[in-house]
Amino acid sequence: MVVNATSFSRSGLTDFLLQRVTAVVLGLYALCIIGFLVANPDVDQIRWVRYMTSPVMLVFGTLTILSFAVHAWIGMWTVGTDYLSEHKMGKYASLVRLLYQGFVVLVVFTYLLIGLGVLWRLPAIFL
Amino acid sequence: MQVSIYRFIPDSDSEPRMQDYEYDLPDDRDLMVLEVLENLKAQDPSIGYRRSCREGVCGSDGMNINGQNGLACKTPVSEAVSRDRLVLRPLPGLPVIRDLIVDMSQFYRQYERVEPFLTNDNPRPAQERLQSQEDREKLDGLYECILCACCTTSCPSFWWNPDKFLGPAALLQSYRFLADSRDTATEERLSKLDDPFSVFRCRGVMNCVNACPKDLNPTRAINEIRTLLIKNGT
Ligand code: SF4
Ligand code: SF4
Ligand code: FES
Repeated sequence: MVVNATSFSRSGLTDFLLQRVTAVVLGLYALCIIGFLVANPDVDQIRWVRYMTSPVMLVFGTLTILSFAVHAWIGMWTVGTDYLSEHKMGKYASLVRLLYQGFVVLVVFTYLLIGLGVLWRLPAIFL
Repeated sequence: MQVSIYRFIPDSDSEPRMQDYEYDLPDDRDLMVLEVLENLKAQDPSIGYRRSCREGVCGSDGMNINGQNGLACKTPVSEAVSRDRLVLRPLPGLPVIRDLIVDMSQFYRQYERVEPFLTNDNPRPAQERLQSQEDREKLDGLYECILCACCTTSCPSFWWNPDKFLGPAALLQSYRFLADSRDTATEERLSKLDDPFSVFRCRGVMNCVNACPKDLNPTRAINEIRTLLIKNGT
């Protein structure tokens, strides 16, 4: 039975674990940002930029953006296969689901590009 | 009390309707929902429902009672009724054959998929395959399932993907054989569960635990399966 044509890893277990690991990465990154703002209530732009572009935060930020993409795709794929199924919608379900998935890919990819571009301060022309 | 029953007779009805009956409850004792149905059927023999044991053993009278799945024979009217109204509908998420009778084929197909029988490829012992008391205790809370489908038909994930998500009842039985010390097919069983749907569509909503008339806990069994899959896969 082909039940998982387009999930992220084709394995329910791997998807399940990735979903959790990426959630932890996203949570830790959020904590770092909030922690920095709490520890430096009088933060100005110079210190903010210095913090965000420190090597550790750059790598961590990149990891976070990638985690976001994986997390969003697995989550949205799951939602799509819950609500847009043949069982509920009949023969047009695959088409509707394909359109939906295309849209999700587009949005996630855009976020990925913009996020990485901003983080690594690429000139706007690359975006 | 007013009793409102979901009626659908495919030969004569073009669509389902709710039919209301007046019912006088006795003052001196509580009735089970099934007794009310039996008495109503004496007046109106066209009401269709399944029942057999009338004591929570056969699992045939699972239905939706005032919004909650349960066995009619084990649900006291006093607990179910709200604002003097008893509302009986068929189990949700399965095709209705007639009135309160649903087609359980999909439910059984998922049950079949978990191969609910002991598999052991060791040579047959002279008498029987023994099991320690501790190992036997691991099956408590699993083997008691009567396949009434109250859990599976209350599970939103099963409503959405009844053909792909096994559902709590089948998963409980899956774990019943994974946990059995006499079963040697653990690996093969696990390898059939590692797709994104069969097990992993469970979201831990716990509707199933709420619905089970035998007080079993399919969510816990599902979590155990997940733990086994993680141990096996890493
Ligand atoms: S805990 Fe899982 S199996 Fe039980 S009702 Fe919720 S999603 Fe369904
Ligand atoms: S687990 Fe409980 S609710 Fe589900 S089929 Fe078995 S007895 Fe019925
Ligand atoms: S009639 Fe057998 S379980 Fe209710």
